[in-house]
Amino acid sequence: MPAIKRILIANRGEIAVRVIRTCRALGIETVLAVSEADRDGLGARLATRSVCIGPSRSTDSYLKVGTIIEAALGTQCDAIHPGYGFLSENQALAAACDENDIIFIGPDAVQIEAVGDKLTARQHAIDAKVPLVPGGNVSTPQQAAALASEIGFPLLIKAVSGGGGRGMKRVDRVEGIESMYDLAVSEATAAFGDGRVYMERLVTVGRHVEVQILSDGKTILHVGERDCSVQRRYQKVVEEAPAPCLPTKMRDDILEAALRFSRHIGYRSLGTVEFLVDCERDEFYFLEMNARIQVEHPVTEAISGMDLVAAQIAIAEGQPLTLTQSDIQLKGHSFECRVNAEDISADFRPSPGQVGDVWFPSATGLRVDTHIQSGAMISPHYDSMIAKVITWGETRDIALQRMRDILSICVLDGVKTNIPLHRVILDDDDFIKGGVDTNYLGQLLEKVPANTMTGIGG
Amino acid sequence: MSDKLTHSDIEDIMALVEGSSFDQLSLEMGDLKLSLRRSGAGAPVQGSPRPTVATPVPTAPMVTSEQSATAPAASPAQGLTDVPSQMLGTFYHASKPGADPFVSVGTVISPDTVIGIIEVMKLMTSVEAGVSGIVAEITAPDGELVEHGQVLIRVRQD
Repeated sequence: MPAIKRILIANRGEIAVRVIRTCRALGIETVLAVSEADRDGLGARLATRSVCIGPSRSTDSYLKVGTIIEAALGTQCDAIHPGYGFLSENQALAAACDENDIIFIGPDAVQIEAVGDKLTARQHAIDAKVPLVPGGNVSTPQQAAALASEIGFPLLIKAVSGGGGRGMKRVDRVEGIESMYDLAVSEATAAFGDGRVYMERLVTVGRHVEVQILSDGKTILHVGERDCSVQRRYQKVVEEAPAPCLPTKMRDDILEAALRFSRHIGYRSLGTVEFLVDCERDEFYFLEMNARIQVEHPVTEAISGMDLVAAQIAIAEGQPLTLTQSDIQLKGHSFECRVNAEDISADFRPSPGQVGDVWFPSATGLRVDTHIQSGAMISPHYDSMIAKVITWGETRDIALQRMRDILSICVLDGVKTNIPLHRVILDDDDFIKGGVDTNYLGQLLEKVPANTMTGIGG
Repeated sequence: MSDKLTHSDIEDIMALVEGSSFDQLSLEMGDLKLSLRRSGAGAPVQGSPRPTVATPVPTAPMVTSEQSATAPAASPAQGLTDVPSQMLGTFYHASKPGADPFVSVGTVISPDTVIGIIEVMKLMTSVEAGVSGIVAEITAPDGELVEHGQVLIRVRQD
């Protein structure tokens, strides 16, 4: 494939700015697709040029496959970078790129499907001998009782047609499992018109650990793991690399499982394999694979010294990876705090509007990925993340102290942000110790109510 | 005046502007912003000057441009009305290569006059003028990409 000369960036916000940075370094021109709301944004100013693709609402702009393709063709781009979110894992865009001789900077449509559909992905994990949460389909009360004794308790009985937390029953002991099964079936029939159910082990104490994969289709490498257990309602808030307090054997097994899964599906691009670490049983299970650049990729870049976007572009061009696994040396520790424009004292309600002054210090081991400058407008049409503050240090303690220092002196006023919450987390003993589970942030917020957190951006 | 502008306050202000030698007035009171502009300011006056009143919604400043971006809008410098593109796509002046263009400079148009075609992924959408008047300028070249909101033609309204 020929070298890419001009990339259409089908995204916005900090990731658009991030992709432009690498393109500049590579001498690649950029065309940024912008909605009306983003016309005057930092990305539009930094790109070689921008084209307005539609109104502010993303369904009328950033999510329109045809318009994105037309914009790329009309501006003579050879490739499209989809960023994360929006159309980044959209098969139709990948397929349309193919039909129009545009390079999609990501995996092909078949691989997007292989990892995007939960049931397909599960089957691939089974075939690749990657551990999944123990469980299975059951169709009689007797089967349910038998499987339950294999899985252990607590477990969940889930409706096949359910999802998003609906159609689930928690079972804590074997007594009465048959009647719980019958109840689950009749509820599922009533709610979804589909009485099929399956059972799954319930992990009550788990950590979210994910592996960065880099593959040209032949050479499949990992760039270490990240820990993203500090979450609020499944939204990641703080990420770090490497995962702290993870036994060496488990870390190696997780990395190996991620490579095995990627190899099994013939994955070719940058990707992330996510796992749930079961802290009580010292086991881990495959969750899903994300076929895109992730929000938290900078922590991996910080400890590896690699430019993952450059690698992603090179793979899309068809260049073979020249690295071997031993060339990837991970050094030190890195944190990322996601700064959101939200009012943490009002149930984390988004807080759009015009920002006042914005200032981040220049410091050793600091990186700030943002599209926000003083006076910028934060649109209510998009997600509330306005900056990612990333620190690196030779040790975890040093990286953590740098993050505390930066968040205590940076300036970001005019809108409410979650910086006060970050500062509480960074000073919390459990977080300092490392290895918290996904219940951690919810419990912290019960202990320290958000409306008592004050400070910059509060 | 109190800190709330009433309708009659605005009428008073408009009358003051009309009687003055100024073309434009911006007023800010608390979180209310009022801007008045004489239509066709800077161009030869046609008919009676009517200041346009824009009062942005005070609580949500970023939504104000939403409706206006693709609606025909006066371009004050020449006293012409811009007809912007409703979508991004390739703009064609004629129904097929070599055919006569839908409109040219001097064509008299009404709001439902087709002024061109926009192609998005092989799908052709005809573009209506949305205003009546005489085509004064065709600003978007034939067969090239137009952005959402880009001015396609300029119209001298009756």
